[in-house]
Amino acid sequence: MEPIISFKNFGFKYTVQKEPTLYDIDLDIYPGQKVLIAGPSGCGKSTLASCLNGLAPFSYEGEYTGSLKVKGVEARDSGIFARSKVIGTVLQDSDAQFVGLSVAEDIAFALENDEVPVDEMKQRVQDVAELVDVSGHLEHAPYELSGGQKQRVSLAGVLVDDVDVLLFDEPLANLDPATGQSAIELIDRIWKDNNKTVIIIEHRLEDVLHCDVDRVILMDEGRIIADATPEELLCSDLLQKTGIREPLYITALKYAGLTVSPDMHPAHIETLTLTEAQKEKVCEWFDRAARPEKPKTGDPLLEADGVTFTYSGGHKALEDISFTIRKGEMTAIAGRNGAGKSTMCKLICGFETQQEGKILLKGENAADLSIKERGEHVGYVMQNPNQMISKVFIKDEVGLGLSLRGRPQEEIDEAVDAALATCSLSPFVDWPISALSYGQKKRVTIASILTLKPDMIMLDEPTAGQDFRRYTEIMEFLEQVNRSGVTVLLITHDMHLMLEYCDRALVFSDGRLLADDTPAAVLSDPDLIRAASLKKTSLYDLAGLCGISDAKEFTARFIECDRKARRGL
Amino acid sequence: MMNIFNYIERKSPVHAMTGASKLVCLLLWSFGAMSSFDPRYLFALFVIAVILFRISKIRVADIRFMLWFTLAFCILNNVLIFLFSPQHGTEIYGTYHEIVHIAGRYTLTWEQLLYHLNVFLKYLATIPIVLLFVTTTEPSEFASSLNRIGVNYKIAYSVSLALRYIPDIQREYHDITLSLQARGVEMSKKASLGSRLKTTSGTLVPLILSSMDRIEVISNAMELRSFGKNKKRTWYRDRKFTAWDFGAMLLGLAVLLVSIWLTSFVNGGRYYNPFV
Repeated sequence: MEPIISFKNFGFKYTVQKEPTLYDIDLDIYPGQKVLIAGPSGCGKSTLASCLNGLAPFSYEGEYTGSLKVKGVEARDSGIFARSKVIGTVLQDSDAQFVGLSVAEDIAFALENDEVPVDEMKQRVQDVAELVDVSGHLEHAPYELSGGQKQRVSLAGVLVDDVDVLLFDEPLANLDPATGQSAIELIDRIWKDNNKTVIIIEHRLEDVLHCDVDRVILMDEGRIIADATPEELLCSDLLQKTGIREPLYITALKYAGLTVSPDMHPAHIETLTLTEAQKEKVCEWFDRAARPEKPKTGDPLLEADGVTFTYSGGHKALEDISFTIRKGEMTAIAGRNGAGKSTMCKLICGFETQQEGKILLKGENAADLSIKERGEHVGYVMQNPNQMISKVFIKDEVGLGLSLRGRPQEEIDEAVDAALATCSLSPFVDWPISALSYGQKKRVTIASILTLKPDMIMLDEPTAGQDFRRYTEIMEFLEQVNRSGVTVLLITHDMHLMLEYCDRALVFSDGRLLADDTPAAVLSDPDLIRAASLKKTSLYDLAGLCGISDAKEFTARFIECDRKARRGL
Repeated sequence: MMNIFNYIERKSPVHAMTGASKLVCLLLWSFGAMSSFDPRYLFALFVIAVILFRISKIRVADIRFMLWFTLAFCILNNVLIFLFSPQHGTEIYGTYHEIVHIAGRYTLTWEQLLYHLNVFLKYLATIPIVLLFVTTTEPSEFASSLNRIGVNYKIAYSVSLALRYIPDIQREYHDITLSLQARGVEMSKKASLGSRLKTTSGTLVPLILSSMDRIEVISNAMELRSFGKNKKRTWYRDRKFTAWDFGAMLLGLAVLLVSIWLTSFVNGGRYYNPFV
């Protein structure tokens, strides 16, 4: 069989960069295969995707060496439009790529550009909408859809062209765990029923492996370092070496002293088979493993008491919310989009005011404080650092809060130096912010909040769109900030983040506080998981497989062990 | 969030019309209204506009903000005209009928008053019809109508995208100012106008940066789906012309013809002059 995509000794260099981004790529993908391309940020996997769909070099200028053939045609000889008829791309940010004003128009977009007559267009839109299950929403506007629905619409928008290859660029980046799982299932169904070739670019290995994958291509530093089946890869140590998170149950098996081998069928937790002796080893580890320390408790810092909030349009966003955050805690606010997490933050910051109930900051009623005064207690870090940075130089940006308060220059300089040191940004003190990476910019925004010496910082999705390496970098930094005495509140739908770094999780759903417990307890409660669009961890199933009835304790001990391993204890 | 410049969904014959016919009607209407200074004619246009509003089921409450904004602008415009050119009416109509002397060169005349009435009526005759067009035409319908009257579809589409992103950008601006306020930027009335302007310009940097990101993503998404491949494109929202559409275009034509007729044969110029 002829490969549908064939890279031969392929390399790519962006015009604006000195060094090539891709080297010596040799890769054949055959019709009907499902391939996962994984690797840390900056490994070149996104560039590989851009070379496939034609954005590089047609939109991102650059030149390539060697050969890339798509459906037998040399890529040099075909334009981006011809390529898009073979390879349909679903981009990472399904929000930003929503071109049409309604679902129907967005799906029809490619057909409109091909001058398909309106009657035929409407029929094809209807058919493909049914295929991805959005036909009930054809007239809806993008803001009326959930993240998962938007992604389905994006998928429909490329399926409508009847492409041979579907290319997904980080399809899980913006989805909550439950929606991510159903997205992977949908991709699997489309692949099986419609005879497509599927290429998924993603670093969340465990989530993609929820459904079968033929091959995993592992990339690092612009090269392909492995081209293997999921089982082969999971049995090797390549994942750890490249900084890709391996599935949690695999890590747990390793902690228990087991060597993962292909006869265990380790690709999915459902297919994992262990011998009695192996199960015994896991149980032994469980008995031996340290119990998690009781989380420290300090004085109440932030108290919400019966908070109810309704938006002016009449949409009730929060109902009777009560909780207490104590000094020194690291707490997660979890829940799907629209559950009320962000609204809660807005109320805490004073951007909106609740109709009922009270918010107390250090025992003082927050209603008496202005936004600016609250900002001195609670620092708020927005999700996108580009939305917060308003100065050209790091120094000015970090010192902005203090200079606005008219503090003397020496005091500002001192505070800026201290904050930059905490954030490991001291070497960059005189740099323009535009020269920093995304993660560094994030740290600049955190530093600019820390100069005000707040008691608590609140971060909105601090790790969204970050790979495991950068995620770890950001989270370890936050842990360090937390240890220095600053209370941290994180809004997230990343279960790993909750599990690995937080002492506590507040779970929101439909404007109510469903649970206030340890993350391990939350993620071992099937009802709660369903209500909050979370996903049960594979540790839960592993505990079941080994006959350990207390899955919650198993998870908690695993996390404890993992934290220690991470800190090198 | 305040609705400033947006489509409002209602079921009405005006909404059901094609954007193209509405746009043609709007253009003809505006030419007509702009060229004439006949208060009878302008008032008649206002009455027709009110009737069209009733048909469209757009309520005054829906467009309250824009109406206030226009009214304020209209008053400002009139005040400035009077301040800088208190005898403009006399220059136009060639006569001088004093009502009351105010001070210095400021004397109120009937001629000036008629001129101000004309300016005021011009607002009444044009603004409602523009608002009607904006509130009853979806951005994509607007793009396709621009395309139909001969504008290149790439330009037409970018105009409609820009309109569509206004609410997003407003929201983002709002978020950015809030986060700056939390860091201590004073944006309330307590701060002087100068420092408020300065801090507002500070929000522009993040706003522009994040808008650039957005533009890159959307233009990639569009190219990947063949936007710009052919000279023409079809439109999913394409509608068939109905009697209402022809009616609207005829109405626009009639408005323009009446204006030309008044100017050429009745008033002997753009101004209706009752003083001679």
